[in-house]
Amino acid sequence: MNVKTISLLVVLVSLSLLASLWMGQQAYTWLPPQASAESKLVDDLFSFLVVLGSFIFLGITGTLLYTMLTQQVSRFDLSDGPPIEGSVTLEVVWTVIPVLLVFWIAGYSYQVYQQMAIRGPMDVVHMHMGTPSAYAAAADAEPIEEIDVLAKQWSWAFHYPEQNVTTSELHLPVDRRVRLSMTSEDVIHGFYIPAFRLKQDILPKRTIEFEFTPVREGKYRLDDSQFSGTYFAVMQADVLVESPEHYSQWLTTVAKGDRVPASNSAYTEYNTRQEKGIRPGWPTIKPAAPPLVNQG
Amino acid sequence: MIESISIAPEQSKHEPPTGWRRYFGFSTDHKVIGIQYLVTSFAFFLIGGLLSMVMRAELITPESDLLDRSLYNSMFTMHGTIMIFLWIFPSLVGLANYLVPLMIGARDMAFPRLNAVAFWLVPVFGILLMASFFLPGGTAQAGWWSYPPVSTQNPTGNLITGEAVWILAIAISGVSSIMGAVNFVTTIVRMRAPGMTYFRMPAYVWAVLSAQLIQLAALPALTAGAVMLLFDVVAGTAFFDPERGGNPVLFQHFFWFYSHPAVYVMALPAFGIFSEILPVYARKPLFGYKVVAVSSLLISVVSVLVWVHHMYASGTPGWMRMLFMFSTMLVAVPTGVKVFAWVATVWRGKLRLDTPMLFCLGAIMMFVFAGITGVMLASVPVDIHVNNTYFVVGHFHYIVYGTITMAMFAALYHWFPKITGRMYYEGLGKLHFVLAFVGTNLCFLPMHLAGLHGMVRRVSSYDPEFAFSNVLASLGGFLLGMSTLPFILNMVGAWVQGKQAPDNPWRAIGLEWMVSSPPPVENFEELPIVISGPYGYGKSEPLVSNEAALKPH
Repeated sequence: MNVKTISLLVVLVSLSLLASLWMGQQAYTWLPPQASAESKLVDDLFSFLVVLGSFIFLGITGTLLYTMLTQQVSRFDLSDGPPIEGSVTLEVVWTVIPVLLVFWIAGYSYQVYQQMAIRGPMDVVHMHMGTPSAYAAAADAEPIEEIDVLAKQWSWAFHYPEQNVTTSELHLPVDRRVRLSMTSEDVIHGFYIPAFRLKQDILPKRTIEFEFTPVREGKYRLDDSQFSGTYFAVMQADVLVESPEHYSQWLTTVAKGDRVPASNSAYTEYNTRQEKGIRPGWPTIKPAAPPLVNQG
Repeated sequence: MIESISIAPEQSKHEPPTGWRRYFGFSTDHKVIGIQYLVTSFAFFLIGGLLSMVMRAELITPESDLLDRSLYNSMFTMHGTIMIFLWIFPSLVGLANYLVPLMIGARDMAFPRLNAVAFWLVPVFGILLMASFFLPGGTAQAGWWSYPPVSTQNPTGNLITGEAVWILAIAISGVSSIMGAVNFVTTIVRMRAPGMTYFRMPAYVWAVLSAQLIQLAALPALTAGAVMLLFDVVAGTAFFDPERGGNPVLFQHFFWFYSHPAVYVMALPAFGIFSEILPVYARKPLFGYKVVAVSSLLISVVSVLVWVHHMYASGTPGWMRMLFMFSTMLVAVPTGVKVFAWVATVWRGKLRLDTPMLFCLGAIMMFVFAGITGVMLASVPVDIHVNNTYFVVGHFHYIVYGTITMAMFAALYHWFPKITGRMYYEGLGKLHFVLAFVGTNLCFLPMHLAGLHGMVRRVSSYDPEFAFSNVLASLGGFLLGMSTLPFILNMVGAWVQGKQAPDNPWRAIGLEWMVSSPPPVENFEELPIVISGPYGYGKSEPLVSNEAALKPH
């Protein structure tokens, strides 16, 4: 290789690197707001993967496109290309580099996972005892907010055991570790708040504990992330992250309210269709009665 | 290996039907069976495609306003099932059926009757599955994963439900696939022509062998899971019923223990197609042939150790998440080796950008993209965010359409002259490529964005914030639907009145190109004696020592 080729390569590699770094910055805009402590860790990891991925993608497609543009021959040219059958050096290089990258990505992902200290099902939590976590200190120092989550076809209910309050919106205090005890009454549901970057399936007949820390006040959306039947799409709930003062104020107010059936999209949609006699498609499991919630 | 058996042309007592009629009968000729598979599966590809366009029509607006939700759930369940079990699997098996015996210098598959039975099960379970549209309770609506307890819920109370029919169809499909796998493995191990050592087999044959070994090793898990689920649905057992002590997550293990390796059953033959076609149109040997060949086997070994990556959010313990994250990422290594080998193959080649080559190069680019998003999905923290969102839907459609279906089109164009004895129309082929390439990216790229923002898959309505991505995806989906029109026109038109094809229109190296187009019933007059490796481009060494004797005089 002569100096000209080498300098050209250096320029191309630097350009791709710059473009990849730029993509890594763009990656943050492809994601919802960062509303939990965990979301920052996930987003940094994702951005890193975007940088790495962009560089590889640019390298490979760039080479292919360059070849396609420069190496095309007329169809009357019957000659063959150089009979290169392989190169041990190259093959070793492009095996070893991906292996190293895999170790790097897996190591970084592992680290992020440990910092998130995601809690899975009960029996798993015990295995995780003593795991170092970025939030362990905070979690130990401050009281953890405990909330029960009950999922059924197709509604969410949140129970605050201390105040004996049940609601259909999830209210959370900002900057405080939250521990959810999640159960399902019928099928598998998934607890997913995109702004928190967190997801956990809820299995029937089991209690699954799940922890995270909301860090940004605002209104977010909770989705059912595991297909749960006909009205799966409308099994949503609002998530309100509030200042601790607002939060406790809300809890006291709502604790005085009477229990009434919550408004529930699936239940309403099903009954409206029945009443109006709209041809209801194929038979479906009837939505469960809406949960009784404290009036706010 | 069979050394040299000269079979006298068999004179059967009743002549088998000739012409178009033989495609509708119980033929034992691997070439007829190959075409039967390809045509049948393409018909189901069109049905599965129509269902997806109905879904895209529903999703072009956020509200659920086109279909009843139960119908929408049926659409995505049937779309996935048809595309996997009635398009990708059988079409790839069909291609392998046609090519493998020709490529290894055999006169037919090892078990021709078994081969025919395996094919005829495909229309049987295909029609069975379609018939479930006419049941009072409708088709299965639990997605192609069919996770219990949703899949075992039965609002009609009938014994024969869409779900029961669905499970039965999947089980029959499994039987058909196992028959095929036994046949392919035996054929490749036992029926190679004299001199055709393992390291003289085309990379495509290596890929088919690796894929079919996965079928043999992993498919029984799905069959077992399906049988238990069927009992839960129709006989009241409680294998997966948590109310009565069953475990629904167990089904997920059974399902993914097969269904993840199944992705490689589908992808490996596509990789084989790239390895076969690139050297022809770049006029260069496949770079690092032996490594590419062995990496297929490595992929199939690693592929049975990654299934839990579909279940990171299912309540799996942390150590399991970490272990399977690592094994999943390891798949990137042998796969990366293949991609680099393909790039090195075209590098400094003498490129001819005919339709098959365009489809290959386009598919490799989209595959690289899918591989990168695949590694992102393997990373547990990222996956916990995007699991079960449209990010995953976008990712695997880049694999199943962008890579595998595009590779299938490349193969159909490339071997069309051999199969039919006619030349296809190059202009229509290029038009098909452009529409398919633009359509695929327009349809599936915006899905990644919707998924990153948190749009959950399988929803029949969604929040208005996702509207823009979905409008783009729907337009792309319709374009993709339209892109098959020039393909159909091309195939049908060329088969009926295309120009006569010579034996070897692409000046390709390979046993299949040394016989007439289309090949005679027994393929080779005399079995070839192979004396060199499969990709001798740029070198002037003959592939066989008896080329003249392969064709009848």
